[in-house]
Amino acid sequence: MIDGLPILSIMLAVPAAAAVACIFAGAAGARWIALLATLVDLVLGGMLWASFDMGPHAAQWQFVEYQPLFGRFAWAMGIDGFALMLILLSVFLMPICILASWKAIEKRVPEYMAAFLVTEILMIGTFAAQDLFLFYIFFEAGLIPMYLIIGIWGGVNRIYASYKFFLYTLLGSVLMLIAMLYMSATAGTTDIPTLMAYDFPAGVQTWLWLAFFASFAVKMPMWPVHTWLPDAHVQAPTAGSVILAGVLLKLGGYGFLRFSLPMFPEASAEWMWLVFALSAVAVVYTSLVALVQSDMKKLIAYSSVAHMAIVTFGLFAFNAQGIEGAMMVMLGHGLVSGALFLCVGVIYDRLHTREIDRYGGLAINMPKYAVLFMLFTMASVGLPGTSNFIGEFLALAGIYQVSTWFALIATTGIILGAAYMLYLYRRVVFGDLTKEDVKAMPDLDGRELVSLGAIAAVVLWMGVYPESFLKPMRPDVTRLIERIERAKPAGDSQPTPGNPEAAKAAHGGEEHGSGHAAPAESHGEAH
Amino acid sequence: MIGITHYLVVSAILFTLGVLGIFMNRKNLIVILMAIELILLSVNLNLVAFSQALGDLVGQVFAMFVLTVAAGEAAIGLAILVIYFRGRGTIAVDDVNRMKG
Amino acid sequence: MSALHFIVFLPLAAAAIAGLSNKMFGSTLPKLVTTGALFVACGLSWPIFIAYLSGAAHEQVVPVFTWITSGDMHVEWALRVDSLTAVMLVVVTSVSALVHLYSWSYMSEDPDQPRFFAYLSLFTFAMLMLVTADNLVQMFFGWEGVGLASYLLIGFWFRKPSANAAAIKAFVVNRVGDLGFMLGIFGTFLVFGTVSIPAILDAAPGMAGSTIGFLGMRLDTMTVLCLLLFVGAMGKSAQLGLHTWLPDAMEGPTPVSALIHAATMVTAGVFMVCRLSPMFETSQVAMNVITFVGAATCLFAATVGTTQTDIKRVIAYSTCSQLGYMFFAAGVGAYGAAMFHLFTHAFFKALLFLGAGSVIHAMHHEQDMRYYGGLRKHIPVTFWTMFAGTLAITGVGIPGLIHGIPAIGFAGFHSKDAIIEAAWAAGYPSAFWVGVGVALLTSFYSWRLVFLTFYGKPRWTQSEHIQHAIHDAHGHDAHGHDDHAHDGHGAHGHDAHHGEEADGTGGYHPHESPWPMLVPLLLLTIGAIAAGYLFHGYFIEAEEGAHFWQGIIAFDAHLMHAMHEVPTWVKLSASAAMVSGLAIAWLAYIRYPAFPAAFASSFSVLYRFLLNKWYFDELYNVLFVRPAFWIGRLLWKGGDEGTIDRFGPNGSAAAVKFGSALAVRLQSGYVYVYAFIMLIGLTAALTWAILL
Repeated sequence: MIDGLPILSIMLAVPAAAAVACIFAGAAGARWIALLATLVDLVLGGMLWASFDMGPHAAQWQFVEYQPLFGRFAWAMGIDGFALMLILLSVFLMPICILASWKAIEKRVPEYMAAFLVTEILMIGTFAAQDLFLFYIFFEAGLIPMYLIIGIWGGVNRIYASYKFFLYTLLGSVLMLIAMLYMSATAGTTDIPTLMAYDFPAGVQTWLWLAFFASFAVKMPMWPVHTWLPDAHVQAPTAGSVILAGVLLKLGGYGFLRFSLPMFPEASAEWMWLVFALSAVAVVYTSLVALVQSDMKKLIAYSSVAHMAIVTFGLFAFNAQGIEGAMMVMLGHGLVSGALFLCVGVIYDRLHTREIDRYGGLAINMPKYAVLFMLFTMASVGLPGTSNFIGEFLALAGIYQVSTWFALIATTGIILGAAYMLYLYRRVVFGDLTKEDVKAMPDLDGRELVSLGAIAAVVLWMGVYPESFLKPMRPDVTRLIERIERAKPAGDSQPTPGNPEAAKAAHGGEEHGSGHAAPAESHGEAH
Repeated sequence: MIGITHYLVVSAILFTLGVLGIFMNRKNLIVILMAIELILLSVNLNLVAFSQALGDLVGQVFAMFVLTVAAGEAAIGLAILVIYFRGRGTIAVDDVNRMKG
Repeated sequence: MSALHFIVFLPLAAAAIAGLSNKMFGSTLPKLVTTGALFVACGLSWPIFIAYLSGAAHEQVVPVFTWITSGDMHVEWALRVDSLTAVMLVVVTSVSALVHLYSWSYMSEDPDQPRFFAYLSLFTFAMLMLVTADNLVQMFFGWEGVGLASYLLIGFWFRKPSANAAAIKAFVVNRVGDLGFMLGIFGTFLVFGTVSIPAILDAAPGMAGSTIGFLGMRLDTMTVLCLLLFVGAMGKSAQLGLHTWLPDAMEGPTPVSALIHAATMVTAGVFMVCRLSPMFETSQVAMNVITFVGAATCLFAATVGTTQTDIKRVIAYSTCSQLGYMFFAAGVGAYGAAMFHLFTHAFFKALLFLGAGSVIHAMHHEQDMRYYGGLRKHIPVTFWTMFAGTLAITGVGIPGLIHGIPAIGFAGFHSKDAIIEAAWAAGYPSAFWVGVGVALLTSFYSWRLVFLTFYGKPRWTQSEHIQHAIHDAHGHDAHGHDDHAHDGHGAHGHDAHHGEEADGTGGYHPHESPWPMLVPLLLLTIGAIAAGYLFHGYFIEAEEGAHFWQGIIAFDAHLMHAMHEVPTWVKLSASAAMVSGLAIAWLAYIRYPAFPAAFASSFSVLYRFLLNKWYFDELYNVLFVRPAFWIGRLLWKGGDEGTIDRFGPNGSAAAVKFGSALAVRLQSGYVYVYAFIMLIGLTAALTWAILL
């Protein structure tokens, strides 16, 4: 146990120091510094996980740090199970991002690495912040390095994409800031744990909920404010896409989980229909759009929107399966979509195009790549045994308990998901190898193999033994369920108790009517 | 007897001349600079006149401050003009429109 | 570690070794490892099955470790073995082991053999997980796992566009079924609060008569749950409506068709219905639906099977039809008979597929029966084994009319007659008549296959494949790669110098397949001949059956008794149908070979309807596939770009740009103008301050 050590602050300090060092180092030095720093953070993350108390009497908030700064503003850090898992996701993906940028980025390498390290600081900070305004600062500041990464190291149309990304997300956040100011004034505190137990009047909750929703829905992104995502992904460098899909999209879900649900339970129940309706549209709409894409990154970006819709569905199902499922989808999607963007990056680095039609037959000259890409494709469509299945299955099970209609619509996502992902895979990897430049593409090198292999291992781990990931979150889910129980909406299933006698009588009568008693009597034989 | 009114009238005339010098002038930036000096002069005149009328020295102290500032401003303004002339080869007012949106 | 662990996980380990072994080990090691693992698993399975036959063993659950725990939902990785599982264990491991062995020769020219064997073993692992599942979620794991393996194997020759299309189709259509299965699991969990199969089956009878809200309606709980689960079974077992993937799945290598699309995976739906039979028993509506769907599939597939010319497609439709038999057996409550047919069908259908593979192998990858003929003498072992398989599928045997003399016959005779009799005994005369009618059709298309392939005169010269083999001695690579990556056996065609053009052989000499292909054929022949007679007591006889099943399935001893009491004409009907089918086939394809063409031309509408498989593919294409792309494009161009972006971000950007274009006019750039405006503003402000 690492008592007393401000491990969260150290996790922020390491990349901060490394970012400064990067600026003064050369290109090669910056790469190594960044890799080293992210690996150190990964190790620290592992320590965090290992020493996280999951016992029956464990505190909700662990590794708490509190240092008043001025006014109500304090350096307040601390994590629960949700935050722990998302921090682990961030620190796990960061070294992979650095590796993915190893050769792909050639201009302004020190600045690029520094931008990534700053992103890491801000992501961890967002998940660990326990002060409302600290959270806001980390949450919003995360836009800046991402904006730079897309705008400087992006593709041809990068300026449009970076502005769209920045303004879209900023617009939603303004309303959130106003809501936060109101909350701190009303409740007299900016301490998130305190606010999570504070009961705002129902009428006020609605407005606050909507203000937060504006921000998180854009971050998520939910239909119809999702259109920044395809553009941002298409223009971002590979590692930018990985971090964008892997972690930044999870900020919205984390926000719902941390703010909307526990702070405004009544409003959440009241606006559940809105969330469900938008998510239902998103699942079908973006899946169909993904089907017709000719740009690989755009396809995966649209699939992300569909997956995130399952998250919002699950979060607002108000039951343990839904919330745990949503968290697992977030983690699983973070890994899998990150890996898929890496897969696109691998071939983009070789051929410099994302057009699906330019590829074909890669299974012949890139067998290792084909295997890993297949694994991630299958994980993306939610094949049991992979991470996404656990999440999708639990989330959908949670939705079913609330609404069978929405469960049906959400589940169509698994059909459409299979269709667009397999169609993508077929066009890129299968088929005959006819194009000369594609023939010349070499298989994965060691660096790429390590990156993708590491994700693959975790994807399978999550799929086969998800308990490692569910366990730290379980007490928090229980607490959250207790908190929102009072606003929980009734499901539409409402099964009545069985009445076998009456059924048997009716059943038997029917059978006698047709003159054959055998099936009815067989009940007795069944056991 | 020359009362405070006379001073104020002179000051107002100087001020108006200065303002017009800024707005009506299309020829030379130096004229604008001198117009500003004129405005400052009118202000100084006001300050001194009121100081005298009210028997309060603060006004005259302020006038000294303004003179200093005016001197500094003139120096900086002329310096800018010189630099500007080097860069653009003109100090005609109508050509100074780089702030056009 | 129990034997069960080895049975289930050896194939997984073998698949991993073979799949990841890389090229440096060549293909022999992966082949040895996978085949060896499967034979070990098979050797371990039979004793388990025999122990259940003797009644010595009872149901047993071997936990592995926790899988998912969420709220009230607890899902364990656990291996369950009981009599039902034991049946599936021997079916899966035996057929799989034989198919592995068969593939040594069949795939010997393929450069990707390790991959093929890895897929086969992976499939076997997933199938074993499915049959040993103790809870619905693990069953779903196996369910999707076999779907994945099926996808990979159908698309094994991934250079062929048709194979890729078929693979995707199989996966996606199966997913439609899985949607039902998943919703069924959710509903079951909602109602029973558990996904453990024994717990659900215990609680199911108590829920009869309950109602539940579903999609805004209030329906009978058990009916809703059973039908949702049954949709899953329909997808996997290619029942009418969701069957379209199965014929296309024949794009895969033939051993795959034998293992996955005949003997094991496609029967998973039947297995599921039997596994959950106490649950299905609580809903008469669901049972009726199963009977109806089963009978309809049975009839549909048999009619289509009569017109197909591709040897594998005929067998595929035959499989589809036989699955229909199993379902309506389950639907009428004769689960024992359904499982029995599943068991015997596994042997004879695997035999037929592997036999067809042997024919295709001999005929240089020609699959069209119109270009076969007269092969009897050239490949005698294949002929005799397929002949036995045909006797088994058509149900040749002597009905036990006189009390005391038991019925005896080939495998299909025992199981299919049991189904037809059960349909009558359970009071489903319509299902009975469908069963008899399909027995006739089965007999017709099966004998048609045999007659077209093995009898008559050779018609080989018209085949492009054979032409290639004869004339293009060096063209093997080119040809082999567009069609079947596995190529070769050039020896078949090369010694053709006799110029026997006139006899239709084109001078081509088909050769009998090597022993690794013949051994599985012979072993399966034993199964096809004897499995019915040996095991019918355990599966369907009232007392022995109840003893064997131990209440694992809703075994209805009364119905099994009643089956023996059916009128004699009922007992004879299936055999009569079989004989008529044989007679028609003989007349049409041996006696009067011109007849089929004449028939087809005079009833061309019907013929084309059947040849085009009732136009299901075309219908789905118009209804689902093309609209999906069309709507997708519309939403993308019209929705995202045309509406959201146009009026959202781009619209507001344009508005800002327009506003700034207006504002820019105030911005003359002349300092004096600014100063003047400032002055005006100052004056206005001062005036305002002074006046107010």
